[in-house]
Amino acid sequence: MKRRGLRPFVLRRLWQVVPVLFGIAALNFLILQLAPGDVVDVLAGEAGAATPEYMAQLRAAFGLDRPLPVQFLHYLGNLATLDLGFSFRLNMPVLGLIMTRLPATLLLMTSALAIAVVAGSLLGVLAATRVGSWADTALSWFVLLTYAVPTFWLGLMAIVLFSAGLGWLPSGGMYTVGAGHGALAMIGDVALHLILPAVTLSTFYMAVYARLVRSSMLELYGADFIRTARAKGAGEWRITLVHAFRNALLPMVTMLAYQSASLLSGAVLVETVFSWPGLGRLAYEAIRTRDLNLLLGILFFSSVVVVLVNLLVDLLYVLIDPRVDPAGRRA
Amino acid sequence: MALLDIRGLQTWFDTRAGTVKAVNGVNLSIQPGETLALVGESGSGKSVTAYSVLRLIEAAGGRIAGGEVLFKGTDLLKLDAAGIRAVRGNRIAMIFQEPLSALNPVQSIGTQIVEALRLHRDIGLRAARERAVELLELVRMPSPRERAEEFPHRLSGGMRQRAMIAIALACEPELLIADEPTTALDVTTQAQILALLRELQQRLGMAMLLITHDLGVVAEIADRVAVMYAGRVVEEGAVGALFDRPAHPYTRGLLDAVRIEALPPGSRLPEIPGIVPSLLDLPPGCAFAPRCGRASAICQAELPALRAIGVGRRHACCHPHLEPVPA
Repeated sequence: MKRRGLRPFVLRRLWQVVPVLFGIAALNFLILQLAPGDVVDVLAGEAGAATPEYMAQLRAAFGLDRPLPVQFLHYLGNLATLDLGFSFRLNMPVLGLIMTRLPATLLLMTSALAIAVVAGSLLGVLAATRVGSWADTALSWFVLLTYAVPTFWLGLMAIVLFSAGLGWLPSGGMYTVGAGHGALAMIGDVALHLILPAVTLSTFYMAVYARLVRSSMLELYGADFIRTARAKGAGEWRITLVHAFRNALLPMVTMLAYQSASLLSGAVLVETVFSWPGLGRLAYEAIRTRDLNLLLGILFFSSVVVVLVNLLVDLLYVLIDPRVDPAGRRA
Repeated sequence: MALLDIRGLQTWFDTRAGTVKAVNGVNLSIQPGETLALVGESGSGKSVTAYSVLRLIEAAGGRIAGGEVLFKGTDLLKLDAAGIRAVRGNRIAMIFQEPLSALNPVQSIGTQIVEALRLHRDIGLRAARERAVELLELVRMPSPRERAEEFPHRLSGGMRQRAMIAIALACEPELLIADEPTTALDVTTQAQILALLRELQQRLGMAMLLITHDLGVVAEIADRVAVMYAGRVVEEGAVGALFDRPAHPYTRGLLDAVRIEALPPGSRLPEIPGIVPSLLDLPPGCAFAPRCGRASAICQAELPALRAIGVGRRHACCHPHLEPVPA
């Protein structure tokens, strides 16, 4: 395989990321300014009583009394030095908070995505090879159902069945307090906690992939090169996997790029339901407590993750589709 | 014994509007090493006949309703799935009309030739790759070693068709079925591909079934020709004899339509009046009768059978032309 100009492609794409991130940061900041109330209101409310003087003093200390353009410029200046600010609510730097929560969210996202891709492909291929049969119909119904069921409800029902009812899996959290020592025991413990949230988060995406794979496979079965493979004497399984499915991967990877963003927002719900200590729950808390610095930090960081995932997917596309020319020339 | 003997082949497509009898009782035979051209207009059933030989018609939604396809005496229609797979690409290979869509876009052409080899031969990957380069050399691919690594979209139309031919020849088939192999190519490339096919056929001693609607191609490359109309063979013979002395009014009409240089300037181009009958609802008699100037009551009433009129010459007409075409 000849892959020309991959490095300039990556550098060019990385440069394109800068204005995108700037735009996202500006939008986030301005939209959040439109929301009523700030962290001082919440603090005062929780304290039960606060004098207007004390509140004004707090705002001055947090820099919230300065004019909006000044606050905005200050925010951008900090971003440029990767300083995401300070969470006055949790008394910690925002970057530090995000970094402690990021691994849990990435673990949840990648596991959910892996389950969705593998199970979705499997169901899609099975349905496509048996199109019109009872199995295809049953799979279509199953897929439609998982597509339609709200994720949080599915999560709650999974807890009811597998944790409360059968007692097979833990209902929430990421570790068992006071669980056994040793790396292996810990990995096993986290994996056990991961199953329910990851499967719950994956269902919707699995349904999307299953439908996508089924329809692209059916389209590909009519392709001329499938006829060629058959005329060469290839068996049905070889035709399905080596020729049709390999080509059905292309639309799937495109979908992957779109979904990385929605997967992150889906994680907010699932993390809340399963009290998974990730970014999603942190964001939820930040909204509830008007911790704008933290929320801005999370939003900015999420957009960085999404942009990077998209870049990775584009690279993946270059690798799996020889017709994509990384240098951008028309093939 | 004939290499391929098609007897009474019927291939039908069940549609909502009814059964389309695309091929309705075709008889054909091909001798080892000879080139038989199957000609006819779109919808005459020539491609369906070709796909039926390798039983590729089920995947296209059709079914073989009757007949026999004897390949060296074995009825291909009676083989099980593994049996027909062992014939496909191995003893009978096929090339197609549009080489770009007929090649897998995400595999290099070398890989696609290797697949054809390894499906039927017990050969290692490295040896198969070497053989793939030799095959590309055989089909006159320029710089074959480099081209083996290329993907189909990076090759020209002619090179793609050469790659297709290399895939088809990988297992040295006894019969090559070529479904309009030059239709999608420009004229100069057409001539090169035809010359290549003729040369390879002579060198490898294989037989060829060439599907085409281009009578110029037929004259250039075929030994014998069979003319199809509405799912049946209406005339058959050696190319020279059939072109000089077409017996069936349809064949004569086709040939008149291409002899335009013999016409006085300014005259109306000759055409066959009327349209092809619907394959859903064929007339009981000769399918060409409604368009035929020589048709009589008997033509409407009964289906004329193929009858021999000399060595290797057959036609299915009650009122054949007996005189040669005026020069």
